[in-house]
Amino acid sequence: MNGRDDPAAAAVARAFREERATVLATLIRHVGDFQLAEDAVQDAFADAVKAWRRDGVPAKPGAWITVAARRRAIDRLRRERSRTGRAERLAELMRLDEQEEPAVSDETSIDDDRLRLIFTCCHPALDLRARVALTLRALGGLTTGEIARGFLVAEPTMGKRIVRAKRKIADANIPYRVPHDAELPDRLHGVLRVVYLIFNEGYSASEGDRLVRGELCGEAIRLGLLLVRLMPDDAEVWGLLALMLLHDARRAARVDAEGRYVALDEQDRTVWDEARTRKGMRALERAVRLRRPGQYQLQAAITAAQMEEGVDWPRIAELYGALAQLTPTPVVELNRAVAVGFADGPEAGLELLAPLLGDGTLERYQPLHAAHAELLRRAGDLAGARLAYERAIALSANAVERAELERRLLGTR
Amino acid sequence: MSQYLLLLYAPEVAPAEQAAREAELPVWFELNESLQEAGLLAGSGRLHAVDTATTVRVRDDEVELTDGPFAVTKELLGGYYLLECRDLDEALRQATRLPIARYGSVEVRPMMPMEDMIVRAREAGADLPA
Repeated sequence: MNGRDDPAAAAVARAFREERATVLATLIRHVGDFQLAEDAVQDAFADAVKAWRRDGVPAKPGAWITVAARRRAIDRLRRERSRTGRAERLAELMRLDEQEEPAVSDETSIDDDRLRLIFTCCHPALDLRARVALTLRALGGLTTGEIARGFLVAEPTMGKRIVRAKRKIADANIPYRVPHDAELPDRLHGVLRVVYLIFNEGYSASEGDRLVRGELCGEAIRLGLLLVRLMPDDAEVWGLLALMLLHDARRAARVDAEGRYVALDEQDRTVWDEARTRKGMRALERAVRLRRPGQYQLQAAITAAQMEEGVDWPRIAELYGALAQLTPTPVVELNRAVAVGFADGPEAGLELLAPLLGDGTLERYQPLHAAHAELLRRAGDLAGARLAYERAIALSANAVERAELERRLLGTR
Repeated sequence: MSQYLLLLYAPEVAPAEQAAREAELPVWFELNESLQEAGLLAGSGRLHAVDTATTVRVRDDEVELTDGPFAVTKELLGGYYLLECRDLDEALRQATRLPIARYGSVEVRPMMPMEDMIVRAREAGADLPA
């Protein structure tokens, strides 16, 4: 769609990105059915293309779409005589349709609806991949095709995944509601995990469509911004936003002009996105002020410390120690070993790495062998370093990364 | 007198064949009626498709939810509960309270409401009185 030639189409595209999730969230509550609401919203956008070309773009596109989607839902409900609870839903929609002005919901209830939608899309009874897809589809502005390309699966496969998830929501009666206090921390953690997965999928870019992958990062950050607005008193929500912003700020510096991977300590700081870094730092400060350290906040603090001029390795090693206590995973232990290797010398790092090398969970994890090689090289064991580099190279699935490892291997000769 | 649980199994089939099965609803109704008249029917119902299932396990006090039916062939069906719940969250919460969730699995499957069965049967051409 070209904005200059077709202002109506451009306005529809903008409304799709900015208003769709809000309209959908509220309509789902009114009709009590994800699929029906989504179909009606889709219809409304198709109507908008025609109507806005004919009559011009309305003053409040969001309100126009809300009303159009509600009327389309009424039409659909009238046709689907078989639906359970159809009469009550119809009556409620018609009542809303008759109110002129107050039909547009106030801020608070819009926020509540979006929060309900996030928790439903990220419900732990749904398959994790379906949660990711559904969240992007319902709350983001991406089409099923774009989501499929972002996750490197065929579009029909992604379509089926989304349809199946929506059917399970309807048939198993997964609630459209913010979980109550006892369940909230666990469920919120599940939501953050989905958002971070979306971000990482876009950020890691091990292969596939770079452009769509950048959009995944953008969508994840938009979701993060939405979550801090909806739940400003939760430290981890701010922590995750900070983490994503700080990573994203360095995106342009991660690969050099020849497409080679650039390690953090060798990155050109002048191409870091300053505004994004500042926003990330501010989000981290908000998280710290809430005085409830969590895994995302600690990861953000580590990233922030790594981005400072003159990296404070003892501080980073200490933060990794705290993170390892909260989430004692092999990957965190690996990163702690690397940080300790810089803070207290390569021998101290190798000591922490030994149990990981012996354990076997990370046997096929390239970064373990790359880190092992680095520590051995710095400790003066060049023959050992070469073996570890070769192992890392054999496990690398990313051409840019492999080239960097090969360069380092040559350095040991 | 003793009580018996009859478990109903069938392979998934193509839509046309499935429609023929849906249309058989009057036969099921007749059957239920005769069982009722004989004083034998304690309860019955139809489940939604197997991919609407959620499996609940509790290990080390941590609740583990899995999308889909239980898949461990070493675990054997040992009993059932039929619960009336507000939504899936409530059903899952109750499932985690069952002691068997700590050493086995609880598969939570939604029941299909009678109206849905009737709609499907009618769509498949069954002649059912209003």
